[in-house]
Amino acid sequence: MIALALFTGFALILLGLYGALTNRDLIRMIVAFTIADTGVNVVLVAVGYLPGRTAPILDAAVPVAEAAARVIDPVPQALVLTAIVIGLGVTALMLAYAWRLFRARGSLDISDFTELKW
Amino acid sequence: MSTRHILIAGLLGLLGLAFWHLAADYLPDAALNPTAAYYAAHAADQTGAPNLVTGIIITWRGLDTLGEVTVLFLTSAIVALVLAQSKAPAGAAGPGFLPAGELLATGTRMLLPLIALFGAYVIANGHLSPGGGFQGGAVLASGVLLALLAQPRMRIGHALLARVESVSGLGYILVGLAGLAFASGFLDTAFLPLGRFGALLSAGAIPLISVLIGLKVGAEFATILQSLEEGEDAAQEEDAA
Repeated sequence: MIALALFTGFALILLGLYGALTNRDLIRMIVAFTIADTGVNVVLVAVGYLPGRTAPILDAAVPVAEAAARVIDPVPQALVLTAIVIGLGVTALMLAYAWRLFRARGSLDISDFTELKW
Repeated sequence: MSTRHILIAGLLGLLGLAFWHLAADYLPDAALNPTAAYYAAHAADQTGAPNLVTGIIITWRGLDTLGEVTVLFLTSAIVALVLAQSKAPAGAAGPGFLPAGELLATGTRMLLPLIALFGAYVIANGHLSPGGGFQGGAVLASGVLLALLAQPRMRIGHALLARVESVSGLGYILVGLAGLAFASGFLDTAFLPLGRFGALLSAGAIPLISVLIGLKVGAEFATILQSLEEGEDAAQEEDAA
């Protein structure tokens, strides 16, 4: 199961990067970046998984005394929670800049913006 | 297939090879690493939160969460700044809006209270079950998005959103300082009684911080959504002119 999650995550990262590098439309590039972002999150959560263990929530099924031996690593999950929120912020910023570019130039095609090209 | 595509595919192929080696040789740990084991062992006596992830985010790594909330605030401020120059006059919506359909309008009236209730539930139970301030705030903001879709002319006052956001942000810092004064350090949530493990009102100041984060995140997301919506207003004003 871990291998499946890891490979899915890595495949999503590659897919997202490929989309971001080959598409010329800004909206498609932004979508591609969010796909790569999702892939990174999947990989991080998969790394925190330990076989045969349960979610890091203590209740009747996972008594406090046995917690360390029964739950998976909670740290990557906390990290991914942060990453999701920051990813949302980055996506919102990219969309806002794409919108400004569209307002200024009437185009969302990256090849129309040549000022920074060398 | 241009040269560019072949180059990109080659580079990504190399990256994929690196990923392949990482994933193929990956062996999951047999036991928790020392940090995670410490968190698991001391969740009950140090944070009082059954949900370890919430305990880590709000108590042990509280400073990081404060930074994260700050990043989110910066994002909403920058989005508002970037889109400000294309802002429509106050109260004016573009003439080009299609009215929302019957289904969306009726569905919104039915779903909005449920979404608000669910958001409040997710925030309030953050220390007991999966959830917390960030998730609940996002749920609340999704309600705002639904309302904006159903009524494109609807506006929540920027002053109100800004006030909710700054009051909850200030409250977060004050709770952190209370931890410095009455407990062992900045953002230590144990200055309030930990209560009965697993009860709704327990885990010290964690529920309080969850509520503050939820309000702040909800207000920030709503600001972002509304900024994007107002940019659209201005475009349609201009197209009509």
